[in-house]
Amino acid sequence: MELLNAIALLTNFVLIPATAYGAQIALGALGVTLIFGILRFANFSHGEVMSFGAMAAILFTWFLQGQGVSIHPLPTALLGLPVGILAAIAVTLIADRVVFRYYRQQRVTPITLAMASIGLLFVLAGLVRFIIGPEHQNIADGERFLITAFEFREMTGLDEGIGIRQTQALTLVIAVIAMVALFWFLQKTRAGKAMRAYSDNVDLALLSGINPDRVVMIAWIITGALAATAATLYSLDKVYQPFIFLQILLPIFAATILGGIGQPVGAVIGAFVVAYSEVMVTYAFRRFIGYLGPADWAPESMVQLMSTNYKFAVSFIILVVVLLVRPTGIIRGKVIER
Amino acid sequence: MKIGMLQGFSGPTESLVQPMAEGGEHAIREVSESGLLLGGRTVEVIRADSTCIDSAAAVAAAERLVTSDGVHGINGPTCSGTTTAVINNVIRDAGVVTISPSATSPALSTIDDNGYFFRTAPSDARQGVIIGEILMEKGIESAALTYTNNDYGRGLADAIEAAYEERGGTITNVASHEDGRADYSSEIASLAAAGGEVLIVAGYLDQGGRGMIQAALDTGAFDRFVLPDGMVGSSLTDHFGTALDGSIGTNPGSDSPGVELMAQLGEEAGYAGDDSFVPEAYDASALILLAMQSAGTTDSSVYKDHVMDVANAPGEKIYPGELAKALEILANGGEINYEGGTAVEFIEPGESAGSFRETEVRDGRFETVRYH
Repeated sequence: MELLNAIALLTNFVLIPATAYGAQIALGALGVTLIFGILRFANFSHGEVMSFGAMAAILFTWFLQGQGVSIHPLPTALLGLPVGILAAIAVTLIADRVVFRYYRQQRVTPITLAMASIGLLFVLAGLVRFIIGPEHQNIADGERFLITAFEFREMTGLDEGIGIRQTQALTLVIAVIAMVALFWFLQKTRAGKAMRAYSDNVDLALLSGINPDRVVMIAWIITGALAATAATLYSLDKVYQPFIFLQILLPIFAATILGGIGQPVGAVIGAFVVAYSEVMVTYAFRRFIGYLGPADWAPESMVQLMSTNYKFAVSFIILVVVLLVRPTGIIRGKVIER
Repeated sequence: MKIGMLQGFSGPTESLVQPMAEGGEHAIREVSESGLLLGGRTVEVIRADSTCIDSAAAVAAAERLVTSDGVHGINGPTCSGTTTAVINNVIRDAGVVTISPSATSPALSTIDDNGYFFRTAPSDARQGVIIGEILMEKGIESAALTYTNNDYGRGLADAIEAAYEERGGTITNVASHEDGRADYSSEIASLAAAGGEVLIVAGYLDQGGRGMIQAALDTGAFDRFVLPDGMVGSSLTDHFGTALDGSIGTNPGSDSPGVELMAQLGEEAGYAGDDSFVPEAYDASALILLAMQSAGTTDSSVYKDHVMDVANAPGEKIYPGELAKALEILANGGEINYEGGTAVEFIEPGESAGSFRETEVRDGRFETVRYH
């Protein structure tokens, strides 16, 4: 019983939130790593592309809600998601056409492209705030919980409850579908193979007749779709606020680099490592240990490695350690060249 | 003549400030339209944004009010951190009477202000004592505590912790939270690990405070909350509905007839006269103008010494909507005891002694239990 309580406690406060968070970061990191693999630069505007996609999804969701459309018990935002995806794709393609293509043709260094993407970050950030404003927007409707902590306690008779929000489950399901579809595309289709070839060795790919413009276009389309999906799920699960997409860039980049730059599988692994670290390092294990230890005993201290105030520092630490110890990441990826 | 309305129009307090500014401007309008102030002078309001968290912006806004607009008194700022910055960088040297309706940090009681700063809101030290008393009375022996990571939050949290533990309660864990985050589940997780019968949330209702409650309800970590003044507002109960039932709220308020009158005034003018800090804002404006009338001048260095006189006994009691009467009494050399919307009673060094309203959430609404 005590053991079950300990497991329930950990599931409720660590496992579930960290898994949902990891899935959201993974979708974001896949986009960053893909652009790095194909275009060979760190795309800092990715967070704002996410924000823009989520914004479009929210606006369309509001429109639907205004029309009285509902897919209860599922959230209406799922219907808004395709619009968000289209909007994010439009943004990435337009940005490539007016910004990145020019620099690509000039054969500039990766750092110049990265700087250009920071410029794009500011333009998009301003645009988003201009359209939807800087405040937080809540779009969640439909059933909030699959099971509440209270119901779980009633059902099992345990002291600890497990609450699962519907949005957390949806996040995981949609993220898995998106990732499976992406890996299938990269492994099995002609276009996917062309992308991998292009990413491995540009010259060889060009010699074998792969159309570079097409590869770049597909990379942006996938990136936009993943970005909008990640951001809409994040906003649905937590809250939408433009500012947050600047904050979330750090864990996304940490996950990308940790996994190995340009390695989609690595990005997913990296994302979950970052998410679990962030949650576990700041979790106080006192009650957990209390359940495992002798009866009526609990440690004096909170058994917490780091105050929750330093949550964001965890990503930083991972970044620094990876760059020092294994710059290629878990799955040997590219090293950022000058 | 000009009065500055220096409030946190943007940032964490924006929904709190809207009716406050209207209340503060109501008193100014009332005085201006009576034609009785210092022989019929009219008063113009100049709004400036003190934000709630950006001290540099607040100082710049105050600087502008004092130098380029040349205001004769300031109603504001809203939050304790920005208020401290404004006093230290502008008010102390410029010498303009400033009355904050809502800065409640205990540190402001001892700040060096050359006598120019007052507040119609009581210090949180008092609120801490009241929360400690309420909890012990209800038999709540242990509580977890979270505060928004700024001067207001820390000051209030310290006051609550000290008062509660002095009365025999146990604070199981204290964790701060940052405003403007999307997700507070790890903050709640660390608080839940320590346990506690209730969670005391010393934060803001539109910001992290709301996020903390959301995360606590989602994970089932806490289902009963203690909500100090920054958390008491209808937007919180509108959002959570009956999920907050049983939670305890405290905010400045009193059962003096002024409260009713203030609510009425607000209703007629189209704002919520009984929202948090709205009567305080009305009173802040009224006190500035009545002190001027009492001193017979708009010179801050002179009328600052009259603020305490008009606020306290002896004299005729003055309630909201009776400012014209008060001006007349003062003009004829009489004395007034301004009660206003919050039963104003000033103690040294120029702050409200504090009368608090205890509320409980029932059927998704804050309902008044009694006054302390």
